[in-house]
Amino acid sequence: MKLTREEVLKIAKLARLHLEEEDIAKYQEDLGSILSYVEKLQELNTDDVPEFQHAAGGVNVFREDVIENCDADVRRRAIDNFSEREGNLLKVQAVFENRTE
Amino acid sequence: MDVSTLTIKEAGEKLQSGELTAVVYTQSCLDAIAAGDEDVNAFLSVSETALEEARAIDARRSAGESLGSLAGIPIALKDVILVRGWEVTSGSQILEGHKAAYDATVVSRLRAQGAILIGRTNMDEFAMGSSTQTSHYGVTRNPWDHTKVPGGTSGGSAAAVAAGFVPVALGSDTGGSVRQPASLCGVVGLKPTYGRVSRYGLMAVGSSLEQIGAITRTVEDAAIMLQAIEGQDPKDSTSAELTNTTVPSLIEKSVDGMTLGVPKEYFASGMDSRVATVVNEAIAELERAGAQIQEISMPHSKYALATFYIIQPAEASSNLGRFDGLRYGYHSGGENLHETYERTRGEGFGKEVKRRIMLGSYTLSAGYYDAYYRKALKVRTLIKRDFDVAFKSVDAIVCPTSPIVAWNIGEKLDDPLAMYLADIYTVTANLATVPGMSVPCGFVDGLPVGLQIMGKPFDEYTLFRIGATYQDRTQWHKQTPN
Repeated sequence: MKLTREEVLKIAKLARLHLEEEDIAKYQEDLGSILSYVEKLQELNTDDVPEFQHAAGGVNVFREDVIENCDADVRRRAIDNFSEREGNLLKVQAVFENRTE
Repeated sequence: MDVSTLTIKEAGEKLQSGELTAVVYTQSCLDAIAAGDEDVNAFLSVSETALEEARAIDARRSAGESLGSLAGIPIALKDVILVRGWEVTSGSQILEGHKAAYDATVVSRLRAQGAILIGRTNMDEFAMGSSTQTSHYGVTRNPWDHTKVPGGTSGGSAAAVAAGFVPVALGSDTGGSVRQPASLCGVVGLKPTYGRVSRYGLMAVGSSLEQIGAITRTVEDAAIMLQAIEGQDPKDSTSAELTNTTVPSLIEKSVDGMTLGVPKEYFASGMDSRVATVVNEAIAELERAGAQIQEISMPHSKYALATFYIIQPAEASSNLGRFDGLRYGYHSGGENLHETYERTRGEGFGKEVKRRIMLGSYTLSAGYYDAYYRKALKVRTLIKRDFDVAFKSVDAIVCPTSPIVAWNIGEKLDDPLAMYLADIYTVTANLATVPGMSVPCGFVDGLPVGLQIMGKPFDEYTLFRIGATYQDRTQWHKQTPN
């Protein structure tokens, strides 16, 4: 099995990954061969088998709805990691582009 | 005193008695790393405050304070566990320069017990791989043979202990990443039951699969480490309340009354027959020690790798969505936000990581979700049931950790599936959430072989009993590379 170039580019777009032109063919092959391998699960009849949902046992964990403040040192260190900032705010490119109609 | 072969237990006794100080111990480890790590590349960085921490421990002890069994013990941490102030990168370029803002819960616990945090060990990028060759920061070499891989993804941690740089290192195990490198490096590697150790501060890759684990020279040391780091954590909703799970400090070195299951599917063709011979001899030793050996069948084992390679990439594709070049790490700007995401991630992630993100995105996407992801979740239930059935008749399962011994650096890199097959015996424990431990049990061509022991959820004590009994009767764990 081999994925088409279009399929790989579509997945890359969904995953927000820019791929180099010279790598695309290899990804087509690699992803194709892995997908072929995992096809073997189709050998099993799982009609009456429930999905494995909760590695931790499926129990909801709650706490009181009370604000737990962030430690000031942790906050400072987190903000220091920002690629671009204004004061304590993370600065990013526009999510929605300006349009004039 | 040559401290390079001390176990945590032995070192702890010497530190308590004053025969050894934390400063001397820490300095010896730092010297060993400076002298020997250029050949191995186990460490990505060494802590600048380790000696200061050691001095503080010695001062407290001199002042008469009674300290615990980990006080003054040097510990290395895989580059995927957050230590406040350290650059932690998950072996990836995309986190180059990222300084951890807080300590992982396991790190807080280790600090509170006075352990000395020595440094960060190398790993496959984002804990994906089996050989510690995909790190952006270089390849780690097996201390037993520098032309061979140490296994992965906790290859740096396993190499650091095998080379005698530190007595213990923490790793993470999503599909075998603590057990398999431990096996290839001739040391002990423990993956706890899912939920036993907090994942807060462990960079998430396969959230329903992974646990922080310990790599040590002896089973008794692994037990000491587990007790030190385990416990329910309000910051990790998947961590479990532990009841009746205390491990006595003196582990009973006896397997009397135990029945050990040997799953025939774990001795399938395709594995190195010499590895099978060595593992079978280890099982025979346990039989001589008094255990009953019973052949069992775990019929869905052959689907485990396929199940894992759907679930893990799916979870990883979701977990790695947070790396956008904005809040931490590598940034490659584009004309607009979308392009910034694509460039940062395309450039910052290595090929294997991109492969798995794409695989996960594909199997989770509309039209494919049912056939792949939901199907894999159902087969995961069947794999878990194999264990439930097995544990009705046996107390633990014994089998190989790895189908092969360490291979040449550079091999299998072009063929992802060939690399994935290295995990064939370890992914089952992650899928089923059960504990697993690898114990050194011999050599093939001078390269270490590991015996894997898997147990019932939260029954690590049985694994420790079996492993400690085995180490009481054998000397494999005392051998070191020259």
